[in-house]
Amino acid sequence: MGLLSKKDTKLITDPLADNNPITIQVLGICSALAITAELKASIVMSISVLFVLGVGNVVVSLMRNIIPSKIRIIVQLVVVAALVIIVDQVLKAFAYELSKTLSVFVGLIITNCIIMGRFEAFALGNGPWRSFLDGIGNAAGYGAILIIVGFFRELLGSGTLLGFKVLGDPIEKTGLYAIGYENNGFMLLSPMALIVVGVIIWVQRTRNKALIEDH
Amino acid sequence: MSLKRRLHILKRKYRGSKMAPAFNAIHTFLFLPDETTHGGTHIKAADDLKRTMNTVIMAMIPCLIFGMFNAGYQHYAALGDIQRVSAGFLSPEFWTLDNFLIGLIKILPLVVVSYGVGLGIEFLFAIIKKHEVEEGYLVTGMLVPLIVPVDIPLWMLAVAVAFGVVIGKEVFGGTGMNILNPALTIRAFLFFAYPTWMSGDKVWVHGAVERAATPDAISGETILGSLAQNADVGYSVMDMFLGFIPGSVGETSAFLILIGGLFLIFTKIGSWRIMLSSVLGALAMGLIFNWVIEAGVVGSSSKFYGLMNTVWWHHLLIGGFAFGTVFMATDPVTASQTNKGKWIYGFLVGFISIMIRVFNPAYPEGVMLAILLMNVFAPTIDHYVVQGNVKKRMKRLKAKTA
Repeated sequence: MGLLSKKDTKLITDPLADNNPITIQVLGICSALAITAELKASIVMSISVLFVLGVGNVVVSLMRNIIPSKIRIIVQLVVVAALVIIVDQVLKAFAYELSKTLSVFVGLIITNCIIMGRFEAFALGNGPWRSFLDGIGNAAGYGAILIIVGFFRELLGSGTLLGFKVLGDPIEKTGLYAIGYENNGFMLLSPMALIVVGVIIWVQRTRNKALIEDH
Repeated sequence: MSLKRRLHILKRKYRGSKMAPAFNAIHTFLFLPDETTHGGTHIKAADDLKRTMNTVIMAMIPCLIFGMFNAGYQHYAALGDIQRVSAGFLSPEFWTLDNFLIGLIKILPLVVVSYGVGLGIEFLFAIIKKHEVEEGYLVTGMLVPLIVPVDIPLWMLAVAVAFGVVIGKEVFGGTGMNILNPALTIRAFLFFAYPTWMSGDKVWVHGAVERAATPDAISGETILGSLAQNADVGYSVMDMFLGFIPGSVGETSAFLILIGGLFLIFTKIGSWRIMLSSVLGALAMGLIFNWVIEAGVVGSSSKFYGLMNTVWWHHLLIGGFAFGTVFMATDPVTASQTNKGKWIYGFLVGFISIMIRVFNPAYPEGVMLAILLMNVFAPTIDHYVVQGNVKKRMKRLKAKTA
């Protein structure tokens, strides 16, 4: 198996599929709806959360024995806020336009339920290495959904991918637009993101019947 | 042995096989089945579902035929080839073969695409999920061509129908389980996805889009569109009532919709409570706006002036209000089920329609959004009506036993 034991591998692969933070636990929906109109923003958001959750989980895990349990939420908030500020400043310095697009949603990573959830549920009770893997896994699961949603919304909504006009030019009427195709404006609105996430959930549960809850 | 008998035997023979739902659907569509509909949460009478659906379609046929004539009439009238109507409902300028042919060529494909795509998806889901094909799409498929602009590209309609049937209905479990009216889901999808094809002054008259920015440009602003811009309306009230105005295919003629509505009430398919309370709601909102104007709160410089100053009962004649109230607010699946709930539901549909119409010139067609909104609230209204009834009876019981 090499680097990772079977148990450790599960920490990373589980959130990617059968325990996905968005489609199964239904956490972090707010940002998934708000910033996925463009693929680029989705990717940057995924990387930001990957950084915050990976590092944050390690930091909280290292401090887990010295944090008094009564004030642990405040301590966790301080950790995540510090990390988010780092991300925010880096984005503002190196990708100003993009940080404008993401606007408050970088700051709102602090309130992303996935992050606090992993701190509480995992980092407080596990060692730094396993916490790191858990953080990476969950952030990757979150990012995967963001990127899928971002891909479809940008492709169908704007006819571009990462800014490249893959379907032709809507004004010059080239490519698909020459035969009367038009961009779907609904895809750029948040309700459609919810529907796309819903469709992903639908597909996932159809493929794995064990995920369907009993009522 | 008659053909019908033989088909019934065939049906028994194929029961349980993979293609059975598809076979049954075609069989049921063409012949009266030897069994009636059972189950389905929205069935509250002994009528079978197919008869209910066919009655609604019959009520819509006059609107469809009028819509075909109107498509041609608006086209030629905008070009200046023919005179505007002069002699009331039976004006010779309107009921010409030329007008009808334009309409037939433009609207028949809409009907075919709507039914083709919608029923195709119904068949697909029936085969995958192994249940019978449900008749629910019959009405939706006829509603859809009536509530879109005449020049809508067919592929857009196909995409929207696919979306509406899958996301609006099938994900909830099919006919009778849907929260939102599928026809309005389809229209809302088109409206938000392709706004340039669903609003403005170019889409309501056949040929206007192609002629835009050429010397032959024609336009046909709807009445709501003109009012939203505080412009003059070039149509008489009689035109509005009879339907000689631009608009979506089948929604222009309040007169024929009224007849269709009376037919639905007479056959007890549509709820008169919803229709009446919805009209009352619209009139109430119209009156409130008229009072606001009279009180001088909103001056003629306001962008709401045109629509607010519309005579209160004219709101019933213009836009899609009449059509939405009669054919879509009364959808038995998505409306409230209790009688008291129907009054509340209908009143709010009318009230909110006019409110959206006036306050949001970007979405002049308020009735679509109002019905969708109230669809969402209908179960809540029912819940409180039922709870209120339970409480009342509990109190009565207590008083009796005490």
